[in-house]
Amino acid sequence: MSDSISEIRSATPSSTADVIRSGLRRRYRKEKTFRRIGLGAIVFGLLTVLFLFFSIGSKGYSAFQQTFVLLSVTYDSKVLGLGTNPTEEDLQTANYEGLVKKVLRDLYPTVSGRKQKRKLYKLISPGAFFEIRQRVLHNPSLLDTTEQLWLPADDDVDMLMKGYIDRTLDEDSRRLSDLQITWVDALERQGKIRKRFNSTFFMSGDSREPELAGIGGAMMGTAFTLLITLTLAFPLGIATAIYLEEFAPRNRWIDLIEININNLAAVPSIVFGLLGLAVFLNFFGLPRSAPVVGGLVLALMTLPTIIIASRAALQSVPPSIREAALGMGASLTQSTLQHVLPLAMPGMLTGSIIGMARALGETAPLLMIGMVAFIVDVPQKLTDPSTVLPVQIYLWLDSPERAFVERSSAAIIVLLVFLISMNILAVILRRKFERRW
Amino acid sequence: MKTINTIHQHTDGKTIEPQLALSDRGLVPRETRETVGDITATNPRVICRNVDVYYGEKQALFNVSLDIGTHEVISLIGPSGCGKSTLLRCFNRMNDTIPSCRVIGSIDIDGKNINDVDMDVVLLRSRVGMVFQKPNPFPKSIYENVAYGPRIHGLARSKDELIEIVRMSLTRAGLWKEVADRLDEPGTGLSGGQQQRLCIARAIAINPEIILMDEPCSALDPIATARIEELIDELKENYAIVIVTHSMQQAARVSQRTAYFHLGHLIEVGATEQIFTHPRHQLTEDYITGRFG
Repeated sequence: MSDSISEIRSATPSSTADVIRSGLRRRYRKEKTFRRIGLGAIVFGLLTVLFLFFSIGSKGYSAFQQTFVLLSVTYDSKVLGLGTNPTEEDLQTANYEGLVKKVLRDLYPTVSGRKQKRKLYKLISPGAFFEIRQRVLHNPSLLDTTEQLWLPADDDVDMLMKGYIDRTLDEDSRRLSDLQITWVDALERQGKIRKRFNSTFFMSGDSREPELAGIGGAMMGTAFTLLITLTLAFPLGIATAIYLEEFAPRNRWIDLIEININNLAAVPSIVFGLLGLAVFLNFFGLPRSAPVVGGLVLALMTLPTIIIASRAALQSVPPSIREAALGMGASLTQSTLQHVLPLAMPGMLTGSIIGMARALGETAPLLMIGMVAFIVDVPQKLTDPSTVLPVQIYLWLDSPERAFVERSSAAIIVLLVFLISMNILAVILRRKFERRW
Repeated sequence: MKTINTIHQHTDGKTIEPQLALSDRGLVPRETRETVGDITATNPRVICRNVDVYYGEKQALFNVSLDIGTHEVISLIGPSGCGKSTLLRCFNRMNDTIPSCRVIGSIDIDGKNINDVDMDVVLLRSRVGMVFQKPNPFPKSIYENVAYGPRIHGLARSKDELIEIVRMSLTRAGLWKEVADRLDEPGTGLSGGQQQRLCIARAIAINPEIILMDEPCSALDPIATARIEELIDELKENYAIVIVTHSMQQAARVSQRTAYFHLGHLIEVGATEQIFTHPRHQLTEDYITGRFG
């Protein structure tokens, strides 16, 4: 012990330099290891994200196309069961399904027997008759004329065209029989079956038939819900933050409020759903499954996030700005609204966008208030029953049809695109408005 | 009132014997904390009597009484932490923004105690302007900086009147020639000295009666400092100016009266020349000779 003590006592600049020099290599080596570990963690994270994107993308990209069959459709009034001067109601209730079946029989006239005919009818989507009916209702002069139409194929045919059905399996283990496959191949050779852009996916609501199902309804529901959320949470959050930061006295009650707001930001979202169920649906009697209620629930959930981000933005405005304004004889309100708020606004916007992006992906609270129903129509107003995109994905993942797997993945892709865009927007805004005082 | 009248100055025409023992050099000893010199001024704008200021439990100013006269520059000097900025900020109630600060005593401006509950602080601050230590122009255009005060107080009835006020203020602050062609540029883009002159222009745009300056040149280089000191000299024709400064040379250059503070007490007040050549309190002499600072 005394040896090292005497070493310390007899240390000179040059002997100390030697000690430092000998330790340097070890220090540098440790730092290098640390940097490598950090880099490795980042690379691992990136690879995981890329793997996630790739696996979802590869499952979902095919959903953006849908198989259609080119058919020669004769609007035969006899088959439809219409007289000479059909009324609107007659046109509504005519036998369009029968017409579709006749068109298919004309395509392959050699088909006979009930079983074979049934197999033939299964080539086209059960919902194809909707389109024909729409066309006739829109333009009754089409009756007794012929036109070439691309009608949506059944989802099993769609899966075959996209290569998801294994042709080598036994006929009994497949969804399509050998005969149906021959028909499809024949159509392909004739160029009468093709994959086209799946606009149905973006325009229509949910459906039991995958080829007719779309996220249009869910996207409108999400848009309405987020609109309500933004309208409620943004002004209320900003005003609360301004009051707490600039006007409120510093006493125990205000501290209590602050603690509660910070805690609310960490509450699991499903609790807000329970609150919505108990208060908005049961007590106030608001319509179930409506974007109004969903928006209210999500607004409550997003409010603490916006308040906390806005307070941080206000705190970052230097006090010299406030002093200069007050010294000029501005009232506290004028100083806050005319000087502090414009400078804090970019930070507030960024926090709000991030809060909204979180609300966009929320599912649990909306399940509690009933936005989990099977909604076919695209909602037109705020009180129409609707669903949101994450919930739609959840519902589709439950369905057994093969075609819903690709559609759920496509919906996930759409949701991710929205989320990433919103976060990029937040980053751009923050960079653009970063101020140097 | 605990002030000591000197043998040479009279308040009521009678000669009064000094009431305290003097040290051997004829100076009031260091232990005495009572104000030496005439705290009054002719035609006072601000009359301060028995002001105590507390920050929480800690007392920052002890029983300060002082008058500020019209058309004069009075400088408050003293070592760091002696309370001069605190007293300055009492005059426009900027201490209100500090939650733990309590001001006791009377500060009369135009016959009304500004510490009264019914005093309108917004009106007070428009009559008593302030220039801060670090220049703090608004992050807006030069024009907006100067126009803000007149606009919120309704001093201009038309755009032309407002432009005229801005031009006059910038000219009086000695900044017009340098910025006339770039009034829309941000005020924060000017140099330090220019920013401080902009802050002075902003303060005089609303024609206050008193201007408070808290170490206005401490963040500036000597040339900018000299320009501002010239400006202060011109401004005293129209405004009463109270300036807090660390630099004794600056106090000697710009002010007519000087008040010396020490640890929260007003030690001595008098004509600037007298304070710096013949101080009457031992502490004052210690300070100006550099024994502490």
